[in-house]
Amino acid sequence: MSYRTARSRALGLGSAKEGVGHWWSQRLSSVALIPLTLLFIFPFAQSLGAGYAAVRATYANPFHAIVAILFIGATFLHLQQGLQVVIEDYVHDKALRTAALLANTTLTWAFGLAGVFAVAKIAFTA
Amino acid sequence: MADVNRGKRPLSPFMLGSYYRLQITSVMSILNRITGVALALGGVIGVWWFLAAASSPEYFAFVDGLVTSWIGGLVMIGLLVALWYHFFNGVRHLMWDAGYGFELGAVTRSGVATIVATVALSVVTLIIAF
Repeated sequence: MSYRTARSRALGLGSAKEGVGHWWSQRLSSVALIPLTLLFIFPFAQSLGAGYAAVRATYANPFHAIVAILFIGATFLHLQQGLQVVIEDYVHDKALRTAALLANTTLTWAFGLAGVFAVAKIAFTA
Repeated sequence: MADVNRGKRPLSPFMLGSYYRLQITSVMSILNRITGVALALGGVIGVWWFLAAASSPEYFAFVDGLVTSWIGGLVMIGLLVALWYHFFNGVRHLMWDAGYGFELGAVTRSGVATIVATVALSVVTLIIAF
């Protein structure tokens, strides 16, 4: 039993203890992914199975390279945010949840940055 | 006092299960989450493929061969459908976030439109890819 009122406990925080910051950030990555998906997906789909030289020629083009880098960055940010909510919803054990959230943040950063590096390397060396 | 009954409030049951009949709203909602989690796998495959293209022709041939094999191709087509579903249902969610389309009829119509758009764009992308 606490002597704090419900209002003072909730003020500016909400159940996630951070207000609407995460929710709003997830909307921003969603909106960014609308044009980026439309620009990325068709050249990418054509590149699958097109062969080493054709793929490297496509992503040597600065436009395709920049679109791919922005798409990968926004995608892994959005994945980090979305998977975090899934973990928070379904993993109830405190230690397991903390471990899952840490793994989520580190792995999404690792894969996102690796993807950005890969496209940049193709663009600079192709 | 403020804390009376805290933590003992009744909770509504989960949207899927024996309490509710299956509806387009609940099924499409859980599909949004399922496709989102599946697309994490797609992101990993995509990064792997780009890393292969940045490494060597031999390693790229191996990864690209897996991705375009029969089983790999089926996985990629599944991920493509998941991507367009998550894309259009995400737009639907952004529309709700902006305060539009909450009426029961509108929710059903936007749900059907999402499914139609998902199928259409999946077919268009496949035509472009092949």
